[in-house]
Amino acid sequence: MRHPLIEIAEQPFLKSVLPEFSIGDTVDVHCRIVEGDKERVQIFNGVVIARQGAGINERFFVRRIVANEGVERTFLIHSPNVVEVNVRRRGKVRRAKLFYLRYRVGKARKVRELRVQKKSKAQRELSAASA
Amino acid sequence: MIPTLLATKIGMTHILLKHGRAEPVTVVKGGPCVVLQVKNKERDGYDAVQLGYGDVKPHRSTKPLIGHASKAGTGPKRVTREVRLAEPADVSAGDVLTVEQFASKVNGLVDVTGITKGKGFAGVMKRHGFGGKSASHGTERKHRSAGSIGGHAPGALGRGVKKGKRMAGHMGDVRCTVRAIELLKVDTEHGLLLLRGSVPGPAGGTLWIRISNKVQG
Repeated sequence: MRHPLIEIAEQPFLKSVLPEFSIGDTVDVHCRIVEGDKERVQIFNGVVIARQGAGINERFFVRRIVANEGVERTFLIHSPNVVEVNVRRRGKVRRAKLFYLRYRVGKARKVRELRVQKKSKAQRELSAASA
Repeated sequence: MIPTLLATKIGMTHILLKHGRAEPVTVVKGGPCVVLQVKNKERDGYDAVQLGYGDVKPHRSTKPLIGHASKAGTGPKRVTREVRLAEPADVSAGDVLTVEQFASKVNGLVDVTGITKGKGFAGVMKRHGFGGKSASHGTERKHRSAGSIGGHAPGALGRGVKKGKRMAGHMGDVRCTVRAIELLKVDTEHGLLLLRGSVPGPAGGTLWIRISNKVQG
């Protein structure tokens, strides 16, 4: 259980706007890397397989395959080093934790259905009107 | 200024600094403390203030304590503590101390005193950091034992086991002071202090926080 005063204490260190993505999305995580006095942004591309924790401890797991080897990175969503999270592809998944992807090999691993976003006619008209 | 404040440990979390580094912090609710009594050199032989912290219902208190608190115009307190001062106090009875008095001390050092978590009857490995015995090489049924406690034959050879010999026994639930803890932030609005790292005692335990006389470096 989290004490309400702890949440108050964490508040100033949280991001006011969180990047929007959901489990199963293929994302580009722009993370700031400081080397000595130089600073650069590195992009980590992969699938979001889990999101856990609360408050400042909230974090998400991104999994990708590098040289046929699975690589997972955990990011603190409120970290200033996580500059940006861009959704490249939306995934269609039915559970909150995609740990089963770790045991998939080859094509099974790749098969993550894309969600074809069909807007209804009314929605199309609405977005056209606001544009 | 009174360099001490009574406080309650809320719990631990971490904060993320601008360059992305995570710092472990303990969140502490400091004060408000009421000055119950001011002692001075002429009357008491030394300068000090007595602080009261945390309200208690009058029917759970005693008449002497209620009467003592009423002199400062307040109700009985759960914790009282005297703070010795080098100079005469610049406060009077009834004044309320809050975390604001630490506001100018951010990034400075504080000493934190609390009552450690009780560990019950603990063996020597946990209590004194003994090494224990080998897991194998013939050791049987005494992997966590202390080993020899020295020759202690009665009579001229020895006088029993040496006093202070470290053995198993009750551990924790004792007063403990951790010195030179960094004060990272003061939230005057909610009366919170953020201290770097851990402090003694359980969440909800009472702490005494004072400005450290240790030099930062």
